[in-house]
Amino acid sequence: MNKPGQAANGGQRPIDIVKGGMVRRHRAERRFKIYGLSAIVLSLAFLSFLLISIVSQGYSAFQQTYIKLEINFDQNVLSGNLATANYQALVKKALYKLFPDVKGRGDKRHLAKLVSPGASFDLRKMVLADRHIIGTTREVWLPANDDVDMAVKGHYRRDVAESERRLTDKQLAWIDVLEHRQRLEKRFNVTFFTAGDSREPEQAGILGAAMGSFYTLIVTLVLSFPIGVAAAIYLEEFAPTNKWTDLIEVNINNLAAVPSIVFGLLGLAVFLNFFGLPRSAPLVGGLVLTLMTLPTIIIASRAALKSVPPSIREAALGIGSSKMQMVLNHVLPLAMPGMLTGTIIGMAQALGETAPLLMIGMVAFIVDIPAGFTDPATVLPVQIYLWADSPERAFVERTSAAIMVLLAFLIAMNLVAILLRKRFERRW
Amino acid sequence: MLKKVIVSVAILSLVLAAGMANAAGRDYISIVGSSTVYPFATVVAEQFGKSTKFKTPKIESTGSGGGLKLFCAGVGVEHPDITNASRRIKASECARCAKNGVTDVIEVKVGYDGIVLANSKKAKPFNLTRKDIYLALAKQVPDPAGGEKLIPNPYKTWKDVNPSLPAVKIEVLGPPPTSGTRDAFAELAMGGGAKKIKWIKALKKKNKKAFKKIAYTVREDGAYVEAGENDNLIVQKLVANPNALGVFGFSFLDQNTDKIQGSKVDGVSPTFENIAKGTYPVSRPLFFYVKKAHIESIPGMKEYLAEFTSEKAWGNDGYLSEKGMIPMPDKERGKFAEDVKTLSILSCGDLKK
Repeated sequence: MNKPGQAANGGQRPIDIVKGGMVRRHRAERRFKIYGLSAIVLSLAFLSFLLISIVSQGYSAFQQTYIKLEINFDQNVLSGNLATANYQALVKKALYKLFPDVKGRGDKRHLAKLVSPGASFDLRKMVLADRHIIGTTREVWLPANDDVDMAVKGHYRRDVAESERRLTDKQLAWIDVLEHRQRLEKRFNVTFFTAGDSREPEQAGILGAAMGSFYTLIVTLVLSFPIGVAAAIYLEEFAPTNKWTDLIEVNINNLAAVPSIVFGLLGLAVFLNFFGLPRSAPLVGGLVLTLMTLPTIIIASRAALKSVPPSIREAALGIGSSKMQMVLNHVLPLAMPGMLTGTIIGMAQALGETAPLLMIGMVAFIVDIPAGFTDPATVLPVQIYLWADSPERAFVERTSAAIMVLLAFLIAMNLVAILLRKRFERRW
Repeated sequence: MLKKVIVSVAILSLVLAAGMANAAGRDYISIVGSSTVYPFATVVAEQFGKSTKFKTPKIESTGSGGGLKLFCAGVGVEHPDITNASRRIKASECARCAKNGVTDVIEVKVGYDGIVLANSKKAKPFNLTRKDIYLALAKQVPDPAGGEKLIPNPYKTWKDVNPSLPAVKIEVLGPPPTSGTRDAFAELAMGGGAKKIKWIKALKKKNKKAFKKIAYTVREDGAYVEAGENDNLIVQKLVANPNALGVFGFSFLDQNTDKIQGSKVDGVSPTFENIAKGTYPVSRPLFFYVKKAHIESIPGMKEYLAEFTSEKAWGNDGYLSEKGMIPMPDKERGKFAEDVKTLSILSCGDLKK
């Protein structure tokens, strides 16, 4: 018998072996912790890089340069049909009055280009809303052209030769004069939140795309939530365990991993070509996205149902309730927070999806704000894609701004999911 | 919960029913087609929507080929009314249209688009010939040692191609094969260059297919970088990499003249005036095609066509030229405006096979 604490090999005690390896083990443990920590730091660095680059590019889009003009709502111009009157002439007249020494056709054209071509639509709206302003003179803030806007925001280089700039020397001088006379100002860009798409950056807004996303998600939610929950309840509470239910389960898990473009092709073949539903409609978009989010919702709902302890079910059945009563009155209320969380995450996924919508014609230029489920519409991520592809420089910042809006929606939805979980989740 | 489910199902069936009912008629114009014409067609559509009582047309950017496929699928509200194209309709596409009942098609040429090769302002401007472009970018080129033999492209720098060019590595960023810009670039710039070599030109007459393979196949060893369909991205990459050249439409050069410069091709700079005059060699016509059967049934069709073919849109000082489209000469404009007024129909026989 060895004495306790004395090692068999070479008289070394086990405690010494343990102590000898201690430094190494501590080091290994520290290293292991550092790996994990550096992984987190790295991903945070990427995330913050992404956010910083988007915000630093996009924040300026929330402001737009406006020019204050003294518009004379001339009776002679505004006679006859008010909807088609020459409002551009009013803008030009006001500009020429501001710079009376500008002569020559070319210079006058350059001067007129300082103001957005959309200004005439603003004036038309004013006149149609209130006819009494005809004949009066008013100070009106009108949006500046996108090139002026970019120059004021410092996105254009002023130090290159005149021929290599979008703005001429004279135009830059006029901008400086306007700024000096306090007739040029950066203001909050209301248009960005109230207008549909436009080819003029200063008139483009995201409301059209946001409404398209809204209608699409409504269809998705109305379809995928009840179907998903019903499927989960059946599979979890009623279905026998046999090879058919196994097969169904495997297929649901597979569906969750199918690339979304495949659902788009399916939508094209079934909803558009077979059922003849309209192209570019949120209705079809919602149907396609339903197919995509269903597996996510079913899987989340089943997990939520599984986490309800069997004792609840047994107690309900024990006091004589039917299986349906047990599910509807006892299990479902307890599983609901988990189901809602899964649904919201599925919806957030659907909100950011573009690939399946490409196939059903939702990648389109749509100016009018959709007012229903069958109006042509586009969605937020598609709008971002379309703007990123536009040649006008001012769309660069608007692209980033639209990304910020989309991210805000996603964060809000995920926040709701977290709150629901925190508020209602019960631990057993 | 159960009530909720029933209510939602009821709402949904209502929605579906509404959808079916709506599909029966359409009160807006539906346009599909080329991504090159898209920026111009959208401007016209917007102008049309804001200045008339009609709804703004819906425009999808599907590419020229994809657009013609949808356009030729049939007559009826579920099919598009107009398709844009950055090339002329092919005889095969016209036949397909006819087969599906789309017999009366009006062809409208709207203007020209230049394809430019540009680099960063930080570097010196290039002065290329089409032959240089072909030799630098083709997958197989004639053996520099002579003879009618092809070898895999051996050129590494522009100086290798032509001693008058700088000793800079050949690096060209351009669109992928799915793009119409790429097709036109291959045909006009590379094909034009290949024709400068006598025996290849002779081959074109004998064997068109073989010529196309030699002239239009772009090298795949990294000298030509497929930079995606997004031309803005190419511009950004050019600014970051002064040694690279980029291939894209004229409107992107027009918008970024403070950052990039267009290379001369065959001694001609890619300016608005040179493309309009037709002296710049790498330019192509842009078209749209209209279904005559839809002109009466879809509201606003006539007015949209009138807007697109008006002088204030496609004229010399029109708003489309502002967006970078190169207008047609006055006489050609007059002809196509007349075609639109009289609704004269394209005959498939006129297209070359």
